[in-house]
Amino acid sequence: MGGYGLYVWSSFGMCALLFLIEPLAIRSRYTAILRTLRRQRMADQQEEAVQ
Amino acid sequence: MSNRLLNWFKFASPASFYPLAGRMVPWFWALAAVFGAAGLWISLFVAPPDAVQGNGYRIIFVHVPASWMSMFIYLVMAMWAGLGLVFNTRLSAMMAQALAPTGAMMAFLSLWTGAFWGKPMWGAWWVWDARLTSELILLFLYLGFITLQAAIDDPRRADKAGAILALVGVVNVPIIYFSVKWWNTLHQGASVSVNKAPAMAHTMLLGMLLMALCFWMYAAAVAFRRVRAIILEREAHTEWASRLDEVMS
Repeated sequence: MGGYGLYVWSSFGMCALLFLIEPLAIRSRYTAILRTLRRQRMADQQEEAVQ
Repeated sequence: MSNRLLNWFKFASPASFYPLAGRMVPWFWALAAVFGAAGLWISLFVAPPDAVQGNGYRIIFVHVPASWMSMFIYLVMAMWAGLGLVFNTRLSAMMAQALAPTGAMMAFLSLWTGAFWGKPMWGAWWVWDARLTSELILLFLYLGFITLQAAIDDPRRADKAGAILALVGVVNVPIIYFSVKWWNTLHQGASVSVNKAPAMAHTMLLGMLLMALCFWMYAAAVAFRRVRAIILEREAHTEWASRLDEVMS
């Protein structure tokens, strides 16, 4: 990059890094709430079975 | 309520918006990929080096999209927060919540890429220039919005408080935009405007626009994915949430 490599690639690189991390973070948040909902559902079913 | 009014607010229900958002996300990813591929191709291989800055100017292809998106997302976020305040709709507030982290990220990228551009060209990582300072304030507004809502236990009160902050902060966006016109700034003036021919080479402009579209589609994909998680978190007590395919399987 004509001597500007550090600056150009640090810029593109940080964008690429965050564009990768952000969706992964959201996915982990989504699977966490799914897990909570499943557990809740199982607990409700067990409660109904007992009654 | 007439049938027409009912249709208008149909997707204002978290339960009906959730699957719609799910269907839209893949399209936004696809568009982001296409625009990104075309944009990167032009940014790195087609656009010629600059007469003054050589290849260092190529940071523009991520700096400008990030900056534009940081401002645009803020306006959209404030719009949803405002609508949520006016119509008392939960989903509007959820959309504002979904947009905030992505907007903050764009503001951070604007400052980061700007710093890495400023160091070689201006000789400084940072100056307290009008545009840079107001963009930093934008980042603080995003972070303030997020932390304010996180600090309030009752979600509906958090929505309202956040909305007020978001709406008050809207004044910052035109400040950022017009700063280079109103003040004597180090940051360069507008090269692109709605009523003048662009003051840059056409390939450079094209690359910049394609990358801006890529960032926009990415932001939409990510915001709709996040809102789905937020919807499930806030509607966890509902019947429809526990009956979702994803939960039953």
